[in-house]
Amino acid sequence: MKAGSNLERMLESGNFAVTGEIGPPKSCNGEVVRHHARMLKGYCESFNLTDNQTAIVRLSSIAAGKLLLEEGCEPNIQIVCRDRNRIGIQSDVLGAAALGIKNVLCLSGDHQKFGNHPTAKNVYDVDSIQLIKILDGMRNGYFANGEEMKDELPKLYIGCAANPFADPFEFRVTRLEKKADAGADFCQTQCILDMERFERWMELVRARGLHKRIKILAGITPMKSVKAAKYMKKFVAGMMVSDDIIERLEKAEDVKEEGVNIAVEQIQYLKKMEGIAGVHIMAIAWEDIIPEICKRAGLTPRPEV
Amino acid sequence: MIIAERKPIDEILEFLSRYQKVLVLGCGGCVTVCLAGGEKEVGILSSELAMARSKEGRPVELVQKTVERQCDFEYLEGIRHLVKEVDAVLSLACGIGIQTCNEAFPDKNTWPGVNTRFLGVNLNVGEWAERCQACGQCILDKTGGICPVARCSKSIFNGPCGGSQNGKCEVSPDTDCAWALIHDRLTRLGQVDSLREIMPLKDWSYSRDGGPRKLVREDLELESGK
Repeated sequence: MKAGSNLERMLESGNFAVTGEIGPPKSCNGEVVRHHARMLKGYCESFNLTDNQTAIVRLSSIAAGKLLLEEGCEPNIQIVCRDRNRIGIQSDVLGAAALGIKNVLCLSGDHQKFGNHPTAKNVYDVDSIQLIKILDGMRNGYFANGEEMKDELPKLYIGCAANPFADPFEFRVTRLEKKADAGADFCQTQCILDMERFERWMELVRARGLHKRIKILAGITPMKSVKAAKYMKKFVAGMMVSDDIIERLEKAEDVKEEGVNIAVEQIQYLKKMEGIAGVHIMAIAWEDIIPEICKRAGLTPRPEV
Repeated sequence: MIIAERKPIDEILEFLSRYQKVLVLGCGGCVTVCLAGGEKEVGILSSELAMARSKEGRPVELVQKTVERQCDFEYLEGIRHLVKEVDAVLSLACGIGIQTCNEAFPDKNTWPGVNTRFLGVNLNVGEWAERCQACGQCILDKTGGICPVARCSKSIFNGPCGGSQNGKCEVSPDTDCAWALIHDRLTRLGQVDSLREIMPLKDWSYSRDGGPRKLVREDLELESGK
Protein backbone atom coordinates (compact mmCIF):
# COMPACT_ATOMS: atom_id res chain seq x y z
CA MET A 1 0.00 0.00 0.00
CA LYS A 2 1.31 3.42 -0.91
CA ALA A 3 -1.05 5.51 1.17
CA GLY A 4 -3.60 3.04 2.52
CA SER A 5 -6.61 5.12 1.53
CA ASN A 6 -10.06 3.55 1.09
CA LEU A 7 -9.78 4.25 -2.59
CA GLU A 8 -6.42 2.53 -2.87
CA ARG A 9 -7.61 -0.51 -0.90
CA MET A 10 -10.75 -0.82 -3.01
CA LEU A 11 -8.91 -0.51 -6.31
CA GLU A 12 -5.90 -2.62 -5.40
CA SER A 13 -8.14 -5.42 -4.06
CA GLY A 14 -9.79 -5.56 -7.47
CA ASN A 15 -13.20 -4.32 -6.36
CA PHE A 16 -15.18 -1.97 -8.59
CA ALA A 17 -14.60 1.43 -7.01
CA VAL A 18 -16.93 4.43 -6.82
CA THR A 19 -15.77 8.00 -6.38
CA GLY A 20 -17.84 11.14 -6.22
CA GLU A 21 -17.17 14.82 -6.54
CA ILE A 22 -18.04 17.77 -4.34
CA GLY A 23 -17.62 21.34 -5.54
CA PRO A 24 -16.65 23.60 -2.62
CA PRO A 25 -18.80 26.76 -2.29
CA LYS A 26 -17.99 30.31 -3.35
CA SER A 27 -17.89 31.28 0.31
CA CYS A 28 -16.32 30.26 3.58
CA ASN A 29 -19.47 28.37 4.55
CA GLY A 30 -17.96 25.00 5.41
CA GLU A 31 -21.42 23.72 6.28
CA VAL A 32 -22.10 23.34 2.54
CA VAL A 33 -19.24 20.83 2.31
CA ARG A 34 -20.22 19.11 5.57
CA HIS A 35 -23.82 18.79 4.37
CA HIS A 36 -22.74 17.03 1.19
CA ALA A 37 -20.36 14.81 3.14
CA ARG A 38 -23.12 13.70 5.52
CA MET A 39 -25.51 13.07 2.65
CA LEU A 40 -23.03 11.08 0.55
CA LYS A 41 -21.18 9.20 3.29
CA GLY A 42 -21.01 5.49 2.57
CA TYR A 43 -21.82 5.75 -1.14
CA CYS A 44 -18.30 6.40 -2.44
CA GLU A 45 -14.78 5.41 -1.47
CA SER A 46 -13.60 8.96 -1.78
CA PHE A 47 -14.80 12.33 -2.95
CA ASN A 48 -12.92 14.65 -5.27
CA LEU A 49 -12.76 18.21 -4.01
CA THR A 50 -12.32 20.49 -6.95
CA ASP A 51 -9.58 23.12 -6.92
CA ASN A 52 -11.20 26.40 -7.97
CA GLN A 53 -12.92 24.66 -10.86
CA THR A 54 -13.42 26.62 -14.06
CA ALA A 55 -11.07 29.16 -12.49
CA ILE A 56 -13.73 30.51 -10.12
CA VAL A 57 -12.55 31.34 -6.61
CA ARG A 58 -13.93 28.85 -4.11
CA LEU A 59 -13.20 27.44 -0.68
CA SER A 60 -9.86 25.63 -0.94
CA SER A 61 -9.84 21.96 -1.83
CA ILE A 62 -7.49 21.09 1.04
CA ALA A 63 -9.62 22.91 3.61
CA ALA A 64 -12.69 21.19 2.18
CA GLY A 65 -10.80 17.90 2.42
CA LYS A 66 -10.23 18.48 6.11
CA LEU A 67 -13.96 19.15 6.59
CA LEU A 68 -14.69 15.85 4.86
CA LEU A 69 -12.31 13.97 7.14
CA GLU A 70 -14.09 15.47 10.14
CA GLU A 71 -17.36 14.08 8.76
CA GLY A 72 -15.83 10.64 8.33
CA CYS A 73 -15.53 10.78 4.54
CA GLU A 74 -12.41 10.30 2.49
CA PRO A 75 -11.22 13.22 0.36
CA ASN A 76 -9.39 13.19 -2.94
CA ILE A 77 -8.04 16.69 -3.31
CA GLN A 78 -7.54 18.10 -6.75
CA ILE A 79 -4.48 20.23 -7.46
CA VAL A 80 -4.29 22.35 -10.59
CA CYS A 81 -1.11 23.85 -12.00
CA ARG A 82 -2.74 27.19 -12.79
CA ASP A 83 -2.49 28.92 -9.44
CA ARG A 84 0.64 27.72 -7.65
CA ASN A 85 4.28 27.12 -8.48
CA ARG A 86 6.35 24.11 -7.40
CA ILE A 87 7.07 25.75 -4.06
CA GLY A 88 3.41 26.38 -3.24
CA ILE A 89 2.24 23.00 -4.47
CA GLN A 90 4.80 20.98 -2.50
CA SER A 91 4.05 23.00 0.62
CA ASP A 92 0.32 22.38 0.19
CA VAL A 93 0.86 18.67 -0.38
CA LEU A 94 2.86 18.41 2.84
CA GLY A 95 0.10 20.33 4.62
CA ALA A 96 -2.61 18.11 3.15
CA ALA A 97 -0.71 14.97 4.17
CA ALA A 98 -0.27 16.34 7.70
CA LEU A 99 -4.06 16.78 7.89
CA GLY A 100 -4.56 13.13 6.91
CA ILE A 101 -5.36 13.59 3.24
CA LYS A 102 -4.07 10.67 1.15
CA ASN A 103 -5.56 10.93 -2.34
CA VAL A 104 -4.38 13.71 -4.63
CA LEU A 105 -5.50 14.29 -8.20
CA CYS A 106 -3.14 16.18 -10.52
CA LEU A 107 -4.62 18.44 -13.20
CA SER A 108 -3.56 21.22 -15.55
CA GLY A 109 -6.59 23.30 -14.58
CA ASP A 110 -9.00 25.28 -16.72
CA HIS A 111 -7.54 28.46 -18.14
CA GLN A 112 -8.39 31.53 -16.05
CA LYS A 113 -10.14 33.02 -19.04
CA PHE A 114 -13.20 30.90 -18.16
CA GLY A 115 -13.41 32.02 -14.58
CA ASN A 116 -14.38 35.06 -12.58
CA HIS A 117 -10.87 36.55 -12.57
CA PRO A 118 -9.99 36.48 -16.27
CA THR A 119 -7.41 39.26 -15.81
CA ALA A 120 -5.30 37.13 -13.45
CA LYS A 121 -1.78 35.96 -14.22
CA ASN A 122 -1.49 32.19 -14.48
CA VAL A 123 1.40 30.15 -13.13
CA TYR A 124 1.94 26.84 -14.96
CA ASP A 125 5.41 26.53 -13.51
CA VAL A 126 4.82 22.78 -13.89
CA ASP A 127 2.30 20.84 -15.95
CA SER A 128 0.05 18.01 -14.78
CA ILE A 129 2.48 15.26 -15.80
CA GLN A 130 5.40 16.98 -14.11
CA LEU A 131 3.16 17.46 -11.06
CA ILE A 132 2.52 13.70 -10.87
CA LYS A 133 6.27 13.15 -11.02
CA ILE A 134 6.87 15.67 -8.24
CA LEU A 135 4.33 13.95 -5.97
CA ASP A 136 5.76 10.54 -6.78
CA GLY A 137 9.17 11.89 -5.84
CA MET A 138 7.83 13.32 -2.58
CA ARG A 139 6.29 10.05 -1.45
CA ASN A 140 9.63 8.43 -2.18
CA GLY A 141 11.45 11.01 -0.13
CA TYR A 142 12.56 13.70 -2.53
CA PHE A 143 11.57 17.28 -3.19
CA ALA A 144 11.24 18.48 -6.79
CA ASN A 145 14.80 19.85 -6.66
CA GLY A 146 16.15 16.41 -5.76
CA GLU A 147 16.76 17.31 -2.13
CA GLU A 148 16.12 14.44 0.26
CA MET A 149 13.37 14.77 2.86
CA LYS A 150 14.77 14.25 6.32
CA ASP A 151 11.58 13.49 8.22
CA GLU A 152 8.22 11.78 7.68
CA LEU A 153 7.27 11.28 4.03
CA PRO A 154 3.81 12.14 2.69
CA LYS A 155 1.79 9.01 2.00
CA LEU A 156 0.04 9.69 -1.27
CA TYR A 157 -2.20 7.82 -3.68
CA ILE A 158 -1.75 9.74 -6.90
CA GLY A 159 -4.45 10.33 -9.45
CA CYS A 160 -4.66 11.96 -12.82
CA ALA A 161 -7.27 12.76 -15.43
CA ALA A 162 -7.62 11.49 -18.98
CA ASN A 163 -9.81 12.95 -21.65
CA PRO A 164 -10.68 10.45 -24.40
CA PHE A 165 -12.82 13.12 -26.06
CA ALA A 166 -10.04 15.61 -26.67
CA ASP A 167 -7.64 15.55 -29.60
CA PRO A 168 -5.37 14.29 -31.08
CA PHE A 169 -7.32 11.10 -30.33
CA GLU A 170 -4.57 8.49 -30.43
CA PHE A 171 -2.13 10.70 -28.58
CA ARG A 172 -4.61 10.72 -25.67
CA VAL A 173 -3.54 7.15 -24.97
CA THR A 174 0.16 8.11 -25.10
CA ARG A 175 -0.59 10.89 -22.67
CA LEU A 176 -2.18 8.41 -20.24
CA GLU A 177 0.93 6.27 -20.63
CA LYS A 178 3.10 9.27 -19.77
CA LYS A 179 1.01 9.81 -16.64
CA ALA A 180 1.46 6.18 -15.64
CA ASP A 181 5.20 6.52 -16.32
CA ALA A 182 5.26 9.64 -14.13
CA GLY A 183 3.82 7.63 -11.24
CA ALA A 184 0.04 8.02 -11.34
CA ASP A 185 -1.82 5.18 -9.61
CA PHE A 186 -5.30 5.91 -10.86
CA CYS A 187 -7.00 7.92 -13.53
CA GLN A 188 -10.45 9.47 -13.67
CA THR A 189 -11.75 10.15 -17.15
CA GLN A 190 -13.67 13.10 -18.48
CA CYS A 191 -17.39 12.38 -18.28
CA ILE A 192 -18.56 9.95 -20.92
CA LEU A 193 -21.38 11.22 -23.07
CA ASP A 194 -20.19 9.42 -26.18
CA MET A 195 -19.76 5.75 -25.30
CA GLU A 196 -18.68 4.74 -28.79
CA ARG A 197 -15.66 7.05 -28.69
CA PHE A 198 -14.87 5.95 -25.14
CA GLU A 199 -14.84 2.30 -26.18
CA ARG A 200 -12.48 3.04 -29.05
CA TRP A 201 -10.16 4.77 -26.61
CA MET A 202 -10.31 1.86 -24.18
CA GLU A 203 -9.40 -0.53 -26.99
CA LEU A 204 -6.21 1.45 -27.56
CA VAL A 205 -5.58 1.59 -23.80
CA ARG A 206 -5.92 -2.19 -23.53
CA ALA A 207 -3.77 -2.75 -26.62
CA ARG A 208 -0.93 -1.05 -24.77
CA GLY A 209 -1.73 -2.83 -21.51
CA LEU A 210 -2.18 0.46 -19.72
CA HIS A 211 -5.22 -0.77 -17.77
CA LYS A 212 -2.83 -3.11 -15.97
CA ARG A 213 -0.52 -0.28 -14.97
CA ILE A 214 -3.07 2.33 -13.87
CA LYS A 215 -6.58 1.99 -12.43
CA ILE A 216 -9.12 3.61 -14.72
CA LEU A 217 -12.29 5.10 -13.30
CA ALA A 218 -14.81 6.05 -15.96
CA GLY A 219 -16.38 9.50 -15.62
CA ILE A 220 -20.17 9.67 -15.26
CA THR A 221 -22.19 12.88 -15.33
CA PRO A 222 -25.97 12.69 -15.16
CA MET A 223 -27.55 15.24 -17.49
CA LYS A 224 -30.04 17.58 -15.88
CA SER A 225 -31.44 19.19 -19.01
CA VAL A 226 -31.35 19.12 -22.81
CA LYS A 227 -29.93 22.62 -22.71
CA ALA A 228 -26.98 21.51 -20.57
CA ALA A 229 -26.24 18.59 -22.90
CA LYS A 230 -26.35 20.81 -25.96
CA TYR A 231 -24.20 23.42 -24.27
CA MET A 232 -21.57 20.83 -23.39
CA LYS A 233 -21.56 19.49 -26.92
CA LYS A 234 -21.16 22.88 -28.48
CA PHE A 235 -19.19 25.04 -26.10
CA VAL A 236 -17.15 22.96 -23.67
CA ALA A 237 -13.68 22.35 -25.10
CA GLY A 238 -12.71 18.70 -25.01
CA MET A 239 -16.30 17.44 -24.58
CA MET A 240 -18.34 15.20 -26.82
CA VAL A 241 -22.03 14.44 -26.47
CA SER A 242 -23.51 11.85 -28.81
CA ASP A 243 -26.73 12.60 -30.65
CA ASP A 244 -28.52 9.58 -29.20
CA ILE A 245 -28.09 10.97 -25.68
CA ILE A 246 -29.48 14.34 -26.72
CA GLU A 247 -32.34 12.60 -28.52
CA ARG A 248 -33.23 10.50 -25.47
CA LEU A 249 -33.28 13.58 -23.26
CA GLU A 250 -35.39 15.49 -25.77
CA LYS A 251 -37.97 12.72 -25.99
CA ALA A 252 -38.17 12.16 -22.25
CA GLU A 253 -41.16 13.35 -20.25
CA ASP A 254 -38.98 13.77 -17.19
CA VAL A 255 -35.57 14.89 -18.42
CA LYS A 256 -33.85 14.58 -15.04
CA GLU A 257 -35.18 11.07 -14.61
CA GLU A 258 -33.91 10.16 -18.06
CA GLY A 259 -30.53 11.69 -17.22
CA VAL A 260 -30.30 9.38 -14.22
CA ASN A 261 -31.46 6.40 -16.34
CA ILE A 262 -28.65 7.05 -18.82
CA ALA A 263 -26.08 7.33 -16.01
CA VAL A 264 -27.24 4.07 -14.43
CA GLU A 265 -27.19 2.23 -17.77
CA GLN A 266 -23.70 3.56 -18.47
CA ILE A 267 -22.42 2.34 -15.11
CA GLN A 268 -23.91 -1.11 -15.65
CA TYR A 269 -22.32 -1.25 -19.08
CA LEU A 270 -18.93 -0.03 -17.82
CA LYS A 271 -18.91 -2.58 -14.99
CA LYS A 272 -18.52 -5.27 -17.63
CA MET A 273 -15.93 -3.45 -19.74
CA GLU A 274 -12.43 -4.90 -19.52
CA GLY A 275 -9.98 -2.53 -17.92
CA ILE A 276 -12.51 -0.37 -16.08
CA ALA A 277 -11.72 -0.36 -12.37
CA GLY A 278 -14.56 1.85 -11.23
CA VAL A 279 -16.64 4.92 -11.89
CA HIS A 280 -16.21 8.55 -10.97
CA ILE A 281 -19.56 10.29 -10.60
CA MET A 282 -19.46 14.01 -11.27
CA ALA A 283 -22.95 15.28 -10.62
CA ILE A 284 -22.21 18.92 -11.25
CA ALA A 285 -24.22 21.10 -8.85
CA TRP A 286 -26.42 18.01 -8.33
CA GLU A 287 -24.48 16.10 -5.67
CA ASP A 288 -27.63 14.87 -3.93
CA ILE A 289 -28.48 12.61 -6.87
CA ILE A 290 -25.40 10.43 -6.25
CA PRO A 291 -27.09 8.07 -3.72
CA GLU A 292 -29.95 7.31 -6.13
CA ILE A 293 -27.56 6.61 -9.00
CA CYS A 294 -25.44 4.34 -6.80
CA LYS A 295 -28.45 2.43 -5.49
CA ARG A 296 -30.00 1.92 -8.90
CA ALA A 297 -26.67 0.91 -10.46
CA GLY A 298 -26.20 -1.77 -7.81
CA LEU A 299 -23.20 -0.10 -6.24
CA THR A 300 -24.56 -0.21 -2.68
CA PRO A 301 -23.63 -1.20 -0.09
CA ARG A 302 -19.92 -0.63 -0.56
CA PRO A 303 -17.86 -3.74 0.12
CA GLU A 304 -15.59 -3.84 3.17
CA VAL A 305 -11.94 -4.13 2.23
CA MET B 1 10.35 41.01 -34.50
CA ILE B 2 8.72 43.03 -31.76
CA ILE B 3 5.05 43.62 -32.48
CA ALA B 4 3.51 46.83 -31.15
CA GLU B 5 0.16 48.52 -31.53
CA ARG B 6 -0.53 52.22 -31.25
CA LYS B 7 -2.26 53.34 -28.09
CA PRO B 8 -5.76 54.87 -28.38
CA ILE B 9 -5.62 58.56 -29.31
CA ASP B 10 -7.47 59.64 -26.15
CA GLU B 11 -4.84 58.03 -23.94
CA ILE B 12 -2.07 59.81 -25.85
CA LEU B 13 -3.90 63.16 -25.70
CA GLU B 14 -4.19 62.73 -21.95
CA PHE B 15 -0.39 62.23 -21.56
CA LEU B 16 0.33 65.29 -23.67
CA SER B 17 -2.39 67.59 -22.36
CA ARG B 18 -0.01 69.85 -20.42
CA TYR B 19 2.58 70.34 -23.19
CA GLN B 20 2.82 72.98 -25.92
CA LYS B 21 5.64 71.49 -27.93
CA VAL B 22 6.20 67.74 -28.37
CA LEU B 23 8.63 65.60 -30.33
CA VAL B 24 6.81 62.68 -31.96
CA LEU B 25 9.57 60.14 -32.32
CA GLY B 26 9.35 57.11 -34.58
CA CYS B 27 11.67 54.14 -34.83
CA GLY B 28 13.01 52.58 -38.03
CA GLY B 29 13.16 49.07 -36.55
CA CYS B 30 10.42 46.55 -35.76
CA VAL B 31 7.65 49.10 -35.27
CA THR B 32 8.21 50.37 -38.80
CA VAL B 33 7.83 46.84 -40.16
CA CYS B 34 4.70 46.15 -38.09
CA LEU B 35 3.26 49.53 -39.07
CA ALA B 36 2.88 50.86 -35.55
CA GLY B 37 5.58 53.50 -35.12
CA GLY B 38 7.60 54.23 -38.25
CA GLU B 39 7.90 57.47 -40.20
CA LYS B 40 4.47 57.03 -41.79
CA GLU B 41 2.72 56.43 -38.46
CA VAL B 42 4.53 59.42 -36.93
CA GLY B 43 3.00 61.57 -39.69
CA ILE B 44 -0.51 60.16 -39.26
CA LEU B 45 -0.48 60.42 -35.47
CA SER B 46 0.91 63.96 -35.60
CA SER B 47 -1.97 65.08 -37.85
CA GLU B 48 -4.51 63.44 -35.55
CA LEU B 49 -2.99 65.06 -32.46
CA ALA B 50 -2.75 68.49 -34.09
CA MET B 51 -6.39 68.33 -35.19
CA ALA B 52 -7.64 67.15 -31.82
CA ARG B 53 -5.74 69.86 -29.95
CA SER B 54 -6.87 72.59 -32.36
CA LYS B 55 -10.44 71.47 -31.84
CA GLU B 56 -9.93 71.81 -28.08
CA GLY B 57 -8.67 75.37 -28.70
CA ARG B 58 -5.23 74.50 -27.30
CA PRO B 59 -3.03 73.92 -30.33
CA VAL B 60 0.17 71.92 -29.92
CA GLU B 61 3.40 72.28 -31.85
CA LEU B 62 4.71 68.92 -33.04
CA VAL B 63 8.20 68.08 -34.24
CA GLN B 64 8.37 64.86 -36.26
CA LYS B 65 11.42 62.63 -36.39
CA THR B 66 12.15 58.95 -36.94
CA VAL B 67 15.52 57.49 -35.96
CA GLU B 68 17.15 54.32 -37.23
CA ARG B 69 16.67 52.47 -33.92
CA GLN B 70 15.46 53.92 -30.64
CA CYS B 71 16.88 50.98 -28.67
CA ASP B 72 20.37 52.19 -29.49
CA PHE B 73 21.89 55.07 -27.49
CA GLU B 74 24.09 55.92 -30.46
CA TYR B 75 21.12 56.91 -32.64
CA LEU B 76 19.56 58.97 -29.87
CA GLU B 77 22.63 61.19 -29.61
CA GLY B 78 21.76 62.58 -33.03
CA ILE B 79 18.44 64.01 -31.80
CA ARG B 80 19.60 65.49 -28.50
CA HIS B 81 19.25 68.99 -29.96
CA LEU B 82 15.62 68.32 -30.94
CA VAL B 83 14.73 67.00 -27.50
CA LYS B 84 16.21 70.12 -25.94
CA GLU B 85 13.69 72.31 -27.78
CA VAL B 86 10.50 70.42 -26.80
CA ASP B 87 8.52 70.01 -23.58
CA ALA B 88 8.25 66.24 -23.93
CA VAL B 89 8.79 63.30 -26.26
CA LEU B 90 6.12 60.90 -27.50
CA SER B 91 7.84 57.71 -28.56
CA LEU B 92 6.30 55.29 -31.02
CA ALA B 93 9.04 52.73 -30.44
CA CYS B 94 8.57 49.52 -28.48
CA GLY B 95 8.97 49.48 -24.71
CA ILE B 96 12.71 49.13 -25.15
CA GLY B 97 13.01 52.25 -27.28
CA ILE B 98 10.80 54.23 -24.92
CA GLN B 99 12.98 53.29 -21.98
CA THR B 100 16.18 54.01 -23.88
CA CYS B 101 14.87 57.53 -24.62
CA ASN B 102 13.97 58.07 -20.98
CA GLU B 103 17.45 56.93 -20.01
CA ALA B 104 19.18 59.06 -22.66
CA PHE B 105 17.12 62.17 -21.87
CA PRO B 106 16.58 62.02 -18.09
CA ASP B 107 15.33 65.61 -17.77
CA LYS B 108 12.38 65.17 -20.15
CA ASN B 109 9.48 62.78 -20.10
CA THR B 110 9.30 60.32 -22.97
CA TRP B 111 5.71 59.04 -23.15
CA PRO B 112 4.64 55.71 -24.64
CA GLY B 113 2.67 56.02 -27.88
CA VAL B 114 2.31 52.29 -28.40
CA ASN B 115 1.57 49.15 -26.44
CA THR B 116 4.32 46.59 -26.99
CA ARG B 117 2.42 43.37 -27.60
CA PHE B 118 4.73 40.45 -28.25
CA LEU B 119 7.59 38.86 -30.20
CA GLY B 120 6.05 37.51 -33.32
CA VAL B 121 5.56 37.16 -36.99
CA ASN B 122 3.40 38.79 -39.68
CA LEU B 123 0.93 36.18 -40.96
CA ASN B 124 -1.27 38.24 -43.27
CA VAL B 125 -1.95 41.87 -43.97
CA GLY B 126 -2.91 43.27 -40.57
CA GLU B 127 -2.39 39.98 -38.73
CA TRP B 128 0.47 39.14 -36.37
CA ALA B 129 1.01 36.19 -34.05
CA GLU B 130 3.25 35.48 -31.08
CA ARG B 131 6.16 33.09 -31.55
CA CYS B 132 8.70 33.59 -28.75
CA GLN B 133 8.68 34.56 -25.08
CA ALA B 134 12.43 34.94 -24.71
CA CYS B 135 12.40 32.33 -21.93
CA GLY B 136 16.16 32.08 -22.22
CA GLN B 137 16.52 28.34 -22.84
CA CYS B 138 15.29 27.32 -26.24
CA ILE B 139 13.59 23.92 -26.55
CA LEU B 140 12.53 24.16 -30.19
CA ASP B 141 14.79 21.17 -30.89
CA LYS B 142 12.40 18.99 -28.90
CA THR B 143 9.08 20.34 -30.11
CA GLY B 144 9.26 20.20 -33.88
CA GLY B 145 10.25 23.84 -34.11
CA ILE B 146 7.02 25.04 -32.49
CA CYS B 147 7.28 26.80 -29.13
CA PRO B 148 4.89 25.65 -26.39
CA VAL B 149 6.09 28.36 -24.00
CA ALA B 150 4.87 31.12 -26.30
CA ARG B 151 2.11 29.32 -28.16
CA CYS B 152 0.38 27.08 -25.59
CA SER B 153 -2.03 29.10 -23.43
CA LYS B 154 -0.70 27.25 -20.39
CA SER B 155 2.94 27.02 -21.54
CA ILE B 156 2.90 23.33 -20.70
CA PHE B 157 5.69 20.94 -21.65
CA ASN B 158 3.80 17.67 -21.90
CA GLY B 159 0.69 18.62 -23.80
CA PRO B 160 -1.83 18.80 -25.18
CA CYS B 161 -4.05 19.34 -22.15
CA GLY B 162 -7.62 18.07 -22.09
CA GLY B 163 -8.94 21.26 -23.66
CA SER B 164 -7.53 20.60 -27.14
CA GLN B 165 -10.16 19.78 -29.73
CA ASN B 166 -10.02 19.80 -33.52
CA GLY B 167 -6.58 21.37 -33.31
CA LYS B 168 -7.87 24.38 -31.39
CA CYS B 169 -7.12 25.68 -27.92
CA GLU B 170 -9.78 25.76 -25.18
CA VAL B 171 -9.13 29.46 -24.75
CA SER B 172 -10.47 30.43 -28.16
CA PRO B 173 -11.60 28.75 -31.38
CA ASP B 174 -9.32 31.23 -33.17
CA THR B 175 -6.25 29.93 -31.38
CA ASP B 176 -4.38 26.89 -32.65
CA CYS B 177 -3.47 24.34 -29.99
CA ALA B 178 0.33 24.52 -29.94
CA TRP B 179 0.60 20.90 -28.83
CA ALA B 180 -1.66 19.73 -31.64
CA LEU B 181 0.70 21.58 -34.01
CA ILE B 182 3.73 20.00 -32.33
CA HIS B 183 2.14 16.55 -32.50
CA ASP B 184 1.22 16.92 -36.15
CA ARG B 185 4.62 18.31 -37.13
CA LEU B 186 6.52 15.53 -35.38
CA THR B 187 4.18 12.97 -36.95
CA ARG B 188 4.95 14.45 -40.34
CA LEU B 189 8.67 14.25 -39.63
CA GLY B 190 8.33 10.67 -38.40
CA GLN B 191 9.50 11.69 -34.92
CA VAL B 192 6.26 11.62 -32.92
CA ASP B 193 7.57 8.85 -30.65
CA SER B 194 9.86 11.42 -29.06
CA LEU B 195 6.75 12.82 -27.35
CA ARG B 196 6.52 9.68 -25.22
CA GLU B 197 9.40 11.04 -23.15
CA ILE B 198 8.34 13.16 -20.18
CA MET B 199 9.78 16.63 -20.58
CA PRO B 200 11.44 17.62 -17.29
CA LEU B 201 10.67 20.67 -15.15
CA LYS B 202 11.75 23.85 -16.83
CA ASP B 203 14.46 26.01 -15.32
CA TRP B 204 12.58 29.31 -15.30
CA SER B 205 15.55 31.14 -13.81
CA TYR B 206 16.71 31.81 -17.37
CA SER B 207 13.38 33.50 -18.01
CA ARG B 208 12.07 36.71 -16.44
CA ASP B 209 11.45 34.71 -13.24
CA GLY B 210 15.16 34.90 -12.45
CA GLY B 211 14.89 38.68 -12.21
CA PRO B 212 15.79 41.27 -14.88
CA ARG B 213 18.23 39.66 -17.26
CA LYS B 214 21.56 40.90 -18.46
CA LEU B 215 23.90 39.35 -20.97
CA VAL B 216 27.63 39.95 -20.70
CA ARG B 217 29.96 38.65 -23.37
CA GLU B 218 33.51 38.82 -22.17
CA ASP B 219 34.90 37.88 -25.58
CA LEU B 220 33.45 41.06 -27.04
CA GLU B 221 34.51 43.15 -24.06
CA LEU B 222 38.08 41.92 -24.42
CA GLU B 223 38.06 42.54 -28.15
CA SER B 224 36.99 46.14 -27.65
CA GLY B 225 39.81 46.64 -25.16
CA LYS B 226 37.49 47.61 -22.32
